[in-house]
Amino acid sequence: MTTWPILSLVTFLPVFGALIVYISRGDDEAARRNSRWIALWTTLITFAVSLILVWRFDPAQPDFQFVEKAPWLANTITYHMGVDGISLPFVILTTALMPICILASWKSVTVRVREYMMAFLLLETLMVGTFCALDLVLFYLFFEGGLIPMFLIIGVWGGPRRVYASFKFFLYTLLGSVLMLLAIMALYWNAGTTDIPTLMHTAVPRNLQTWAWLAFFASFAVKLPMWPVHTWLPDAHVEAPTAGSVILAAILLKMGGYGFLRFSLPMFPAASHDFAPLIFSLSVIAIIYTSLVALMQEDIKKLIAYSSVAHMGFVTMGIFAGTTQGVAGGVFQMVSHGIVSGALFLCVGVVYDRMHTREIAAYGGLVNRMPLYALVFMVFTLANIGLPGTSGFIGEFMTLIGTFKISIPTASLAATGVILSAAYALWLYRKVIFGVLKPSLASIKDLTLRECLTLMPLVALTILFGIYPKPVLDMSAASVQQLVNNYTTAVTAVKAAGLLQ
Amino acid sequence: MLPVLPELVLAAGAMVLLMLGAYRGQQTTSLVTGLAICLLVLTGGLELLLPVGKLTTFAGGFIVDDFARFLKILALIGSVATLVLSAEYLADPSRRIFEFSILVVLSTLGMMVLISAGDLIMLYLGLELMSLALYVVAASNRDNIKSTEAGLKYFVLGALSSGMLLYGASLIYGFTGTVSFAGIAAATKAGAGVGIVFGLVFLLAGLCFKVSAVPFHMWTPDVYEGAPTPVTAFFASAPKVAAMAVFTRATLTAFPGILSQWQQIVVFVAIASMALGSFAAIGQKNIKRLMAYSSIGHMGFALVGLAAGTPEGAQGVLVYITIYVSMTLGSFAVILTMKRNGQHVEEISDLSGLSRTNPLLAFVFAMLLFSLAGIPPLAGFFAKWYVFVAAIKAGLFTLAVVGVVTSVVGAYYYLSIIKVMYFDEPLVRLDPMRMELRTVLAVAGLFNIFFFVYPGPLVSVATAAAKSLF
Repeated sequence: MTTWPILSLVTFLPVFGALIVYISRGDDEAARRNSRWIALWTTLITFAVSLILVWRFDPAQPDFQFVEKAPWLANTITYHMGVDGISLPFVILTTALMPICILASWKSVTVRVREYMMAFLLLETLMVGTFCALDLVLFYLFFEGGLIPMFLIIGVWGGPRRVYASFKFFLYTLLGSVLMLLAIMALYWNAGTTDIPTLMHTAVPRNLQTWAWLAFFASFAVKLPMWPVHTWLPDAHVEAPTAGSVILAAILLKMGGYGFLRFSLPMFPAASHDFAPLIFSLSVIAIIYTSLVALMQEDIKKLIAYSSVAHMGFVTMGIFAGTTQGVAGGVFQMVSHGIVSGALFLCVGVVYDRMHTREIAAYGGLVNRMPLYALVFMVFTLANIGLPGTSGFIGEFMTLIGTFKISIPTASLAATGVILSAAYALWLYRKVIFGVLKPSLASIKDLTLRECLTLMPLVALTILFGIYPKPVLDMSAASVQQLVNNYTTAVTAVKAAGLLQ
Repeated sequence: MLPVLPELVLAAGAMVLLMLGAYRGQQTTSLVTGLAICLLVLTGGLELLLPVGKLTTFAGGFIVDDFARFLKILALIGSVATLVLSAEYLADPSRRIFEFSILVVLSTLGMMVLISAGDLIMLYLGLELMSLALYVVAASNRDNIKSTEAGLKYFVLGALSSGMLLYGASLIYGFTGTVSFAGIAAATKAGAGVGIVFGLVFLLAGLCFKVSAVPFHMWTPDVYEGAPTPVTAFFASAPKVAAMAVFTRATLTAFPGILSQWQQIVVFVAIASMALGSFAAIGQKNIKRLMAYSSIGHMGFALVGLAAGTPEGAQGVLVYITIYVSMTLGSFAVILTMKRNGQHVEEISDLSGLSRTNPLLAFVFAMLLFSLAGIPPLAGFFAKWYVFVAAIKAGLFTLAVVGVVTSVVGAYYYLSIIKVMYFDEPLVRLDPMRMELRTVLAVAGLFNIFFFVYPGPLVSVATAAAKSLF
């Protein structure tokens, strides 16, 4: 066992970096350069420390590891941290993407750089904390606290309609979450604690299960986002700065899916089973409807945002299928989507930095001037479609298999989403990369070294996980298996009780 | 030691200060203010030195228990902070009114009596002493028509509410034959007739007026806007503590037998206050008016805890009111800083781009606003946690749902201020911040930002204080 609090270290290291950024003053240009470098080093060190987690993590062990516990609010509400196979991939995803985000903002953010870096570092702490928290109140603290820096990132460094987008993002998410807060309180009085591992083994009365499930659903459905509460996402994505979009798509959305895995399935199995048809319907609508909406977009970021909603539909469908393949596929799909959609937003950022427009119509024939960019963009486009050989395929395939065992209509309808995603993604690729080179693009430059540094690791991971997904699947396998077993047992028990009556 | 020793010292000290001011004239303003602060601190110290446990005197009419100690200290902190905040206001040569500090001290004395009140007579005595002093300080900027209007309005409406309260008290006395809370509790143990309920309604109406809960809130926006800003800061902090204290003590110790009767009233008042506080604030342009609606909303949230009628609920009220006072005093320190070329400005748009002209001030104020909105990890979230957790335990689900939904609406206007500070283009710099304002803002800001690190002490003290009522 660890003797030093490595999880707290990973979580709070970025805050420390933010403090250094705050203290380091100086004249304008030097201060900017300093804060960029400090932020980069902080995120790199955090990433390195989080790799120790991977190294010392025991994948055969389904329970929480690196557990830390300290008294906090009350005897029953403690500072309790720990990771298992479901949360660790997200922790690593977060720490791995942060240096990339900092690099991506290197040149594009020129005003109030210090504040920008501090906001990002604080956001990293809150995101890692969300995935590590093993106490509901602590979880809520990190989960909601993330709204503050993200609100400022969208509002201060965002595009023309940033005020509208930041308010919509904040209020939508808050409204969903406060209902979850009430459910947390109800669970607290039911079990006398907000400790997540304890709550997982506490049977919740059927009536409370239904209400609590709905309240948690309200929060996570908005965060994920699921149709029809997804409308904040395109606005937030379009207005946020590039790195903000990356974080939003890659990490913040995953909190919703993680919440379903961590709370809804283990704590309210009967309600999850009852509501599974609802989730299936919403997922299928999300997959088909938002794919069609994506086809109609004129803004590159908006198109990718809608495609995110569609991909999250696969995640919810897989999770609530409640089968091993479905749940494991859901986890994998989230990790893969984190890499791919994050990378796609970075790709948009690359051309936006040069041309300051995201109109699809403004681009064309980029392959003539930017061959390297065209190649990179192609990899991510294909991964977004879910082509075999890319990580996108594994996730979609597993969720579809997992769902097929439970509901054939759902899986069949969802599978059409794969075709639709090919339609909009290839259409986008053709419009932007191929065709006649637009005169306005005549002097556009290919990827710089810095941009290669941000994109190449993601290209490598996309292809690696596409042909060899074992590292991620192995890491989560034991925990997923335990979750599915508990879920199946609970559902069978409920069904048996129903039959007896 | 006498249980009323701190109050006696405070009263005698106020008289001495009055003599000092009366004989030495207006130039003693700053001296009197300084001595008044020392006097308040001394009173707080004496309060802490009183023997532990429940002490009573005046035949049970005056109670000193953990509950009273907790809230008295809080009210004293509010009063001291007010005097610190008003240093600049009092230093103005055209004003120089030494009576201001003495009135604040006398009003604080009224609050302490109110917090310790164990019968209806003591309640009325404390309430009137507190209010009469407040009427005068509201109008203390006597050459300003708005300030005079605020004082007069407050006086007329306050007198009306005192009348209602007195009417209710006399009905209760008539039907139970006693004025002491313990006696009333014994008489209403097995339920109450229509007369007592009638009296209870009037009593609560009077108390609602003092905490500015809907539907007795009408005076609040006008008085907050009209009164000089340090006075507004005072209105929003210490008197609210005292009024909420007596509200809690009267309902929980005098009428525990008819909980279901007054619970309906408190639930209605809480819902109405939260809703009005959040919706009506949206259109406000003046930051003091906005703070008025904000405080109406916050009193609604505090009443959510009271509506539960349980020890957890009382604890929630105590935690809420403590954090509320810290947020309010911090915000008013910022509002007092809003000066350009020596002129006070009060529009929200005057804060435009503050994050670039004065980043630290903007950051701390933004954190206070997030805290007011109840966003974790700031203190305001924990305040809401404790009141709602009590309401959920008591089964008041509708109240809790309405409460959290209105808190989202409320978040909108706090965010609008943050938007003005962070997203809008900067205006001319504000004047540099005075030292005493910095101190108050720093204390309030640090408390709100770092409360989550170590919330234990406040929570356990509040638990003990709440238990002493049951």
